[in-house]
Amino acid sequence: MLEMKKITRRCGKINPLSIEDFMATDGYEMLKKAIKMDKIAIIEEVEKSYLRGRGGAGFPVAIKMKGLAKEIATPKYMICNADEGEPGNFKDRYLMENDPHQIIEGMIIVAYATQANQGYIYIRGEYDNAINIMKWTIEQARKNHFLGKNILGCDFDFDIEVRSGAGSYVCGEEFALIESLEGKPGRTRVKPPFPTQKGLFNQPTLINNVETFANIPFIVDIGGQAYAKIGTPSSTGTKLISLSGNVKHKGVYEVPFGTPIIDVINKLGGGIANNRKLKMVQLGGACGPIIPEYMLDMVIDYERFEEFESKTGAGAIIVIDNRFDMFDILLRIVEFFAHESCGKCTPCREGHIQLANLIKKFINCEATIKDLISLESLARVMHQTSLCGLGQSSPTSIIATLRYFRDEYLDRIESSDMIKGEGK
Amino acid sequence: MIHLKINNIDLVVEENTTILNAAKACNIKIPTLCYYPDLNIKSDCRICVVEIVGQKGLVPSCSTIVREGMEIKTNSPRVLNARRTITELLLSNHDANCTACVKNMNCELQSLANKLGIDQNRFPSVLERHPIDDNNPAIVRNPNRCIKCGRCIDVCKNIQGMNVLENMNRGHDMVITPAYGKYLSDDLCVFCGQCASVCPVAAITEKDETDHVWKELHDPNKHVIVQIAPAIRVSLGEEIGKKPGSIVTGKIVSALRLLGFDRVFDTDFTADLTIIEEGNELIHRITTGGILPMMTSCCPGWISFVEQRYPEIIDHISTCKSPQQMFGALAKSYYAKKENIDLDNLVVVSIMPCTAKKYEAKRSEMSVDGKHQDVDIVLTTRELGKMIRQMGIDFESLPEEDFDNPFGITTGAAAIFGATGGVMEAALRTVSEIVNQKPLENINFTEVRGLQGIKEAEVTLGDAKIKVAVAHTLANAKQLAEQVKNKTSPYTFIEIMTCPGGCIGGGGQSYGTTNRIRQQRIDATYHVDETLTIRKSHENPAIQSIYNDFLEKPLSKVSHKLLHTHYHSRKNSEGSN
Repeated sequence: MLEMKKITRRCGKINPLSIEDFMATDGYEMLKKAIKMDKIAIIEEVEKSYLRGRGGAGFPVAIKMKGLAKEIATPKYMICNADEGEPGNFKDRYLMENDPHQIIEGMIIVAYATQANQGYIYIRGEYDNAINIMKWTIEQARKNHFLGKNILGCDFDFDIEVRSGAGSYVCGEEFALIESLEGKPGRTRVKPPFPTQKGLFNQPTLINNVETFANIPFIVDIGGQAYAKIGTPSSTGTKLISLSGNVKHKGVYEVPFGTPIIDVINKLGGGIANNRKLKMVQLGGACGPIIPEYMLDMVIDYERFEEFESKTGAGAIIVIDNRFDMFDILLRIVEFFAHESCGKCTPCREGHIQLANLIKKFINCEATIKDLISLESLARVMHQTSLCGLGQSSPTSIIATLRYFRDEYLDRIESSDMIKGEGK
Repeated sequence: MIHLKINNIDLVVEENTTILNAAKACNIKIPTLCYYPDLNIKSDCRICVVEIVGQKGLVPSCSTIVREGMEIKTNSPRVLNARRTITELLLSNHDANCTACVKNMNCELQSLANKLGIDQNRFPSVLERHPIDDNNPAIVRNPNRCIKCGRCIDVCKNIQGMNVLENMNRGHDMVITPAYGKYLSDDLCVFCGQCASVCPVAAITEKDETDHVWKELHDPNKHVIVQIAPAIRVSLGEEIGKKPGSIVTGKIVSALRLLGFDRVFDTDFTADLTIIEEGNELIHRITTGGILPMMTSCCPGWISFVEQRYPEIIDHISTCKSPQQMFGALAKSYYAKKENIDLDNLVVVSIMPCTAKKYEAKRSEMSVDGKHQDVDIVLTTRELGKMIRQMGIDFESLPEEDFDNPFGITTGAAAIFGATGGVMEAALRTVSEIVNQKPLENINFTEVRGLQGIKEAEVTLGDAKIKVAVAHTLANAKQLAEQVKNKTSPYTFIEIMTCPGGCIGGGGQSYGTTNRIRQQRIDATYHVDETLTIRKSHENPAIQSIYNDFLEKPLSKVSHKLLHTHYHSRKNSEGSN
């Protein structure tokens, strides 16, 4: 079996609006188990599991938890990042709409272990359904005393509120999200200090992705060591993959780390629709690398993804068949980021519009070798010097295509030269 | 202590040092743009990026803290390429018509581009022109030159507590603007000009009135007189390339004569007059159970601040006009009559360290006859520097000359008006001696000196001890204003100056003002005070004679007409939110 349904095991099988259904399938049992454990022991289990953040950057979760636990300032906040603005990603929505209590349970366990006082779920504004479901779910959890004062009769208070964004992509970046949550425009802050030191309202704050929190009850259930056996040594556990584009069966699939990308596309996705030929695949979302067919035996693994120096790890696979022109796709990506850049730092604010200008030259067959060099240089500078993840990762598709599809660039320059020659 | 290597130089620095400061310690200058001493670290421009060996990305040196064993390269090819690219990007969205710009040769972006050796730009201009905001008397905002470094927002929000300027829109469309993209005059701006003084380019500048002054100077029918503010003598030198804190009083006088002014006077004279009037007003308020605490009125930014945000405390403000306006009023009455000059032909120019003074001079109350403004044109320190350069004056070789009479004899008390706490100290020297009827043993009130945000002192007046306070920056002023508004203020007399450090740190002073430079100007100010023989306003013989000749006595009918004014609430008026 290619799929390994651990985090999604209840999805489609229970009524997501029913806390009874959830509890009938061991729901909140892991919270009951965790609350009997030492706080530090919970963090140790997470450490042993080697769970890494599922939002894309893959930061070890236990480090953040330890960071929050050691802070003495109160209140301490916890944020579940459900902004999921990266095009091509919809696995967090899937989790929220199909097994919302699991996320809440994970948040409560982490709050207990780190002594956080207040939680927020920041859901992107477009996710109406998920917003309603999460609000309903929190209400149900509160009625059943899993949230609020003296949770499960212990000296432990914690509550969660749902907040929604207004559609800005950059609000998925942790500090932009925090600013937005404070009621300000979504613009990132300078690090350090990191959120665990000074986050929401300048208080210690732990921020993790929906899928990350959903993994916590499972880790408490089977223990960190057993969890670490799933997947690969560098990437443990399972990963939810948002498969989209020109495949037959688009959707969310849960697979263990180490699964080859080609298997997800062909075996789970049923291959390319309408018997067309695959041209390229974008990993992670709009900010991820575009790779050619011959690289698709690559396995899903943070360490492999890190080679692309981008937040590939959110788990999107966007399949593109050979009807599409690479430069059209690149332009669309760049224009998306030009629109979503917050404008705070120079490379991101001023860089995207120039990237778009250069790509347009390739589209219009006006590009020269100088433009290729400028494009390459600008993309690298943006990647290396931008303030936040947006500008650092938005040029990834360009950097990757310059590496794996360089011939397309050179062909286009050659045809530009020919057109110019004819014009003479 | 942290051990690290910068460009292969071994270095030991204290913990929590930034890479930028560590590099300074070994004389490596990393270029910066959004960074400004004494302001917050913004890390927006990304010019100061450096390479840490072993790290893939580049890091901004202004906000990155050194770690043990770090190996840093500040000039690797990767770093230089990044800096060049970022500068080209900034230039691609900047009105880079350098030769037609007030900051040509004095622009941080221009100088950066020059240092990085940028002789062409790979990126075409993507500048979208926005309208220029110049419908107020003091400040011009040219968004087409803005490079979004955020310094103006920082100083407006965090130093002044005003929040007039903010980012609007995002990405490439992001602009720095007053709320809702309105004009500064529609917002609660007090025209302090601190934004202009930190702007690295010419996106925010004072409204240049040098041409107007040249026109008047060359009009044979006009009698043009000039006054210079206390703070100018310790700061104009910087415009001419001298080191901060140089005292250039006599050279300014001869320079102004060379420029063509008919008489050169000293605002210090009316600063002394202010002390007499304001001091007597304070004594009057104390002895007659008047409204206390009394707050100073010399600073036009502060007056706007109260009228816009704290109209409830207007009655606490001294009714005295500022020294600039007292001078104008006397010039257009006493002086004009004495010299027999028709007011239509008398032009009063002020050299001020301040942009808000341009606004103050245009206030409708500031006119002796309702037709002629008391002060016609206000120039900043920078504008005077510009005129001296335009004229090709070799400032260094100028002789030191004296001010003209009758407004030329001044005291140390007036000289210190330019520093925060100076008005308070000058007032205390006079008020103490009038009330206690004996000379002070020590005339130096050092508790009210220096750059601390809010300063306090206790003074004995007759049988009573009174508490006084001094604040500079509007963020600090707000704290004292709140107390007054809530009737919890423990003070009898409060001095407020809008700009950090007082007028010596004014929004019209030479570019590059930092706290270090403020302190140097302050030191020079107190040096001027100490070298003058008369150091108390009430001992100024010229002041005594103007009362004998013209004003009769402090708070007389004449002085009330000419030297005092009134304020009005501008809260909820059209445009203000």
